[in-house]
Amino acid sequence: MSQVPSDLKYAKSHEWVRVTGDTATVGITDHAQHELTDIVFVELPAVGRKLAAGEACAVVESVKTASDIYSPVSGEVVEVNKAAADNPGLVNTEPFAGGWFFKIKLSNAAELNALLTPENYKAQIGG
Amino acid sequence: MLKRTPLFYAHQKLGARLIDFGGWEMPVQYTSITDEHLAVRNAAGIFDISHMGEVTVSGAAAEDFLNHLLTNDIRKLAPGEGQYTLMCNERGGVVDDLYAYKLSEGVYLLIINASRIEPDVAWMQEQAANFPRRNELKLTDASHNYAAIAVQGPRAKEFIEKCFSGASTSAMRVNHLTDLKKNQVGGFPFEGASVLVSRTGYTGEDGFEIVGSDSSIQKVWDALLAVGQPFGIKPCGLGARDTLRTEVCYPLYGHELDENTTPIEAGVGFFVSLDKGDFIGREVLAEQKADGYSKKCVAFKMADKSAPPRPHYPIWVNGASVGEVVSGTQSPSLNLGIGMGYVPTEFAKPDTKIEIEIRGKRFAAVTVKKPIYRKI
Repeated sequence: MSQVPSDLKYAKSHEWVRVTGDTATVGITDHAQHELTDIVFVELPAVGRKLAAGEACAVVESVKTASDIYSPVSGEVVEVNKAAADNPGLVNTEPFAGGWFFKIKLSNAAELNALLTPENYKAQIGG
Repeated sequence: MLKRTPLFYAHQKLGARLIDFGGWEMPVQYTSITDEHLAVRNAAGIFDISHMGEVTVSGAAAEDFLNHLLTNDIRKLAPGEGQYTLMCNERGGVVDDLYAYKLSEGVYLLIINASRIEPDVAWMQEQAANFPRRNELKLTDASHNYAAIAVQGPRAKEFIEKCFSGASTSAMRVNHLTDLKKNQVGGFPFEGASVLVSRTGYTGEDGFEIVGSDSSIQKVWDALLAVGQPFGIKPCGLGARDTLRTEVCYPLYGHELDENTTPIEAGVGFFVSLDKGDFIGREVLAEQKADGYSKKCVAFKMADKSAPPRPHYPIWVNGASVGEVVSGTQSPSLNLGIGMGYVPTEFAKPDTKIEIEIRGKRFAAVTVKKPIYRKI
């Protein structure tokens, strides 16, 4: 059974969002890392890049395939997780902690309301 | 509706992730491609290969027909021996690559790719119809009658005889299954039936492939998983099958091989016997061997840490895009991006600096001698 922490918001495309003040941390869910398995490469957006909600901005690669990661919210990338780029296995072992992808300064906080609640996300993944 | 092998329910029970592979619902992985890959390199793995096709060719003219149809010299086979070979069109392009076994005088079994069963059988029937001694020839697509398993890895030989304890009763006669040498095949009794076991595989490891009826293969699968457990056997999917064969540079039809590519260009010219007499495609292949050819399949390793190369990524040399990746993956054994691709022959020498374009950016790579991975 995949973990779905109750203090996060979720995108249909399997990213999670943790909001602290005006900044959101983004990663991929336990369900997503489990589906991908064996993550061997993580490509992160450049710091300073402005993203629109739903924009493809990172790539996660398993042995078998490359998958796009979409920003759940709009804003400017203020920090990326170099540790995950150096050790992509972190995304498998700690998807909600050490395996985060990037932090984004929100340009439209209202977008958060459009994201899934933990309950809705659980329902989507059949959990 | 996807086709299912007789092991479909066994895969479901093992929690396999199933994908569409050439119209077949096949396991791509059970736990993780990396774990399954390393199990085969270090211990043993078992694969369902029931989707592959089987064609039998028999009769007094079978040998001559196969020598006309295929590139390798089938006359080199004694009963109980097999060989890797290719089937080409008149342009020297590859219709399929396959294994041909001589089961007894005038009786041959061809193991062909799942995705190629229909075009192969149509091609073979057309060639048989035009063959002068067609009346001394019987060609049968037996793909529906057989299921198959591969058990691969350095420890496979330590437990396989727990399932097949007797001597062989057909093809290569041996007292013990593990007396089979590479590329030999024998018929072995198994629970009141007979299955064919060959010492072959598609992983670069020692191992065996087993062909039999659906019900025999279902029982062999369960039996091998049970006796192999203390030796670290793992069920392995097509994901690991692909990374294993890529590391040792075995071609996969649709990637390294197609109807517009010759075995010489693909780097499997060793299996083309130009001196055996005429065969389909010989003219072009002889010309290429004598006068050279323009593209060649090379193996490469990424120079640094990068995203894994994937099929269709452009290959660059000296600032120009010169070719395309045909197979590419992260190598679980080397923990590095590896692959194969076609480049103009002038860039095909090992240790040539090339670049792989990944999502619009170019990354350094170097061509290497095949195989990419070799056991020390």
